[in-house]
Amino acid sequence: MEHAVQAAVSILFDGIAYSMVLFVMAVGLSVTMGLMGVINLAHGAFAMAGGYLTVTFLGNLGLPFLPGLVLAVLAVGAASIPIEHTLYVRIYNRPHLDQVLLTIGVTLMAIAVATYAYGPSPLSIKLPAFLETQVGVFGRDFPAYRAFIIGVGVLAFLALWAGFERTMLGAKIRAAVDNRAMAEAAGVNTTRLFTLTFALGSALAALGGALAVDLVGLTPRFALQYLVLVLIVVSIGGFGTIMGAFAASLMIGVIDNAGRYLYPEGSAFFIYLVVILVLVVRPGGLFGRA
Amino acid sequence: MAAPESTAAAARARSVADAFLRRRDDARLVEAGFWLVALAVPIALPEHAAFGGQVLIMMLFALSLDFVLGYAGVLTLGHAAYFGVGAYVSGLLSAKLGWHEPLSGLVAAGAVSAAFGALSGWLLLRYRDLTLLMLTLAVSTTLFELANTWSSLTGGYDGLMGIQIAPIFGVFEWDIAGVTGYGYVLAVLLLCFVALRRFTVSPFGQALRGIRENTLRMRAIGAPILGHLTLAYTIAAAVAGIAGGLFAQTNNFITMDVLSFERSAAVLTVLILGGTGRLYGALFGALVYMLAADWLAKLSPVYWEFGVGLLLVVIVLLCPDGLLGLYDRVRAAFGGRAR
Repeated sequence: MEHAVQAAVSILFDGIAYSMVLFVMAVGLSVTMGLMGVINLAHGAFAMAGGYLTVTFLGNLGLPFLPGLVLAVLAVGAASIPIEHTLYVRIYNRPHLDQVLLTIGVTLMAIAVATYAYGPSPLSIKLPAFLETQVGVFGRDFPAYRAFIIGVGVLAFLALWAGFERTMLGAKIRAAVDNRAMAEAAGVNTTRLFTLTFALGSALAALGGALAVDLVGLTPRFALQYLVLVLIVVSIGGFGTIMGAFAASLMIGVIDNAGRYLYPEGSAFFIYLVVILVLVVRPGGLFGRA
Repeated sequence: MAAPESTAAAARARSVADAFLRRRDDARLVEAGFWLVALAVPIALPEHAAFGGQVLIMMLFALSLDFVLGYAGVLTLGHAAYFGVGAYVSGLLSAKLGWHEPLSGLVAAGAVSAAFGALSGWLLLRYRDLTLLMLTLAVSTTLFELANTWSSLTGGYDGLMGIQIAPIFGVFEWDIAGVTGYGYVLAVLLLCFVALRRFTVSPFGQALRGIRENTLRMRAIGAPILGHLTLAYTIAAAVAGIAGGLFAQTNNFITMDVLSFERSAAVLTVLILGGTGRLYGALFGALVYMLAADWLAKLSPVYWEFGVGLLLVVIVLLCPDGLLGLYDRVRAAFGGRAR
C-alpha cells in the first residue's frame, strides 16, 4: 500500500513538473494567438531555439546555469522582434491559410538550421549540483530539478496573472484582445503592444524549451513534436486566458504523464481522443469565453 | 410595361453568365498536352518511371486537398489522415489478409477512407477557423498514435512488411523499373481527375465555391452547409485514400510516416505552390515540389527542409495564388487574357 502511494505521488509530481513546462510554452502562444489572432505554428521553433541557446551558453561558453538560462530567454525574446517586424506584420490581416503556411515555413527553416548547426541527435545540458539532488517535501524526497521547474512555472503563472490583471500594460493588452479598434481609438498603440507581446510570448516559449531539455530531451524535431501538444493545451484552455492555459496544462500534463507510466504504448492516443471530445462539446475550450 | 425589357436584360445576363462559366469550366486543348506529356514520360525516360509514379501519386493527393481547400475553403492540417487510412487499408489487405488483387484493394482503400471522411467530416465541419484547424490536427494525430499503439498490426516505426500485389487485371506484371506502376497510377489519376472536374463544374461545385466565399449568404439562401461540406470532404477523403492505396501498392512498404503531420504539411505546400482552386495547380505544384525535393535531398536533406520552409515564406509573401496564379498575372501584364 505504501509502495503504491509512493508511486502515485511521484507520478503526480513528475506530471506537474511536465505540466509546468507545457504551461510556460503554451501561455505565450495563448496570449499571442488571442491578442493578434495569428496562428503561430512557429512557436515550437522559438521554444527549440531557447533549448539550443541554453545548450550553447552552458556547454560551449561555460556559463553557470541560471545566467545561461536567463540569457537564452532574453536572446530569443530580442531576436523575435525583428522577425515580427519583417514577417509577422505582413500576415496579421491575411487569411488563416497564409498564417499557417508562413509559420510552418519558418518552423521548417528553424529545424533545418538547428540540424545543420547541432546535428540530429539528442543533446543534454549539465545541471548544477544544487539541482541534481533531492529535496524533501512533506517527508518525501523529490528530484530537485523537477521541483525547480514547478517553482518556475508557478512563479511565471503568478507574475503573468498579476501583470495582466494588475498593471496598465496588462489592461491595455486585455483591451486590445477584446476590441482592437476600440483600444486604438482610446489611444493604445497596438502596433507596439503587438511587438511587445510577441517578444514576451517568444521569450516564454524559449523558457519552456530550455526547461524541457533535461526533462524530455532536445532534438531539432522538438519544434514540431511539442507544437501539437502546446496547441492542444491552448485550444483546450481557450485563447488569451492565463488561468485557462494553466488549468489545461495541468490537466493534459498530468494525464499524459500518468498514461506514459501506466500504459506506455497507448497514452498519446488516449489524450488526443479526449481532446477531440472536449473540442466537439466545447469549441471555445474548457475555460474560454465561448 | 417593363416586362419585355427585363426579360431581355435577363437573357443578356444569362448569356454573359453562360459565357463566363464556359470560359472558366470548359476543357481546353492545352490540357490534352499535359496528359500526353505524362503518357510520354515512361516511353521517353523509362529509367525515371518509378520516380514519375511517385510524382503522380503526390498529384492525386494534392488534387484531393484542392477539392476541400481550394473549392470548399476548408483549411485542414490533417489531410494525411485519409492518405494514411488508404495506405494501411490496401497494405493490410495484402500483408495480413492475403488479398493481393490491386484494383479491389484500391477500391477498398477509397471506400474505407471515404467512410472515415464522412464520419469525421460530419462531426468536425460544423466548426470553423481555429477550432476546425485544431480538430483536423487532432484527428490525424490520433490516427498516428493509434498506428503507433497498434504496432503489432501496423509495424509501427519499422513499417508494414510483406505487401505483395498481383498483376493488374491478372495480365500486367509489375516490373523493377516501375513502368507498369506508372501506367497504373496515371490511369487512376486521370479517372479521379475527370471525376473531380465533373464535381467542380456541377451546381454542387458552384455551391462549394459559394460556401467558401460567403458561408452566411449561402445559409441565407437555404443551402445545406454541413451536408455540402461533408460530401466534399468525403469525396476528398476517398481520393486521398486512393492516393494512399496507390502509394502502398507501388512501394510494397509503408511506415507510420503516411499519417504524419509532415505529410499533411507537404501536401499543403504542394497545393499552395501550384495554386489553389484550379486542379491543375495541384498537378503542377506536385511536379515542381517532387523534382525540387529529389534534387535538393540528394545534396542534403537539411537543404531540402530549409528550401521548403523558404519556399513557403516566399510564396505567402510574394505570390499567394501560386505559380499558376503568377503565370496568369504575368500573362495579363503582357496583354493576354487571365482566367
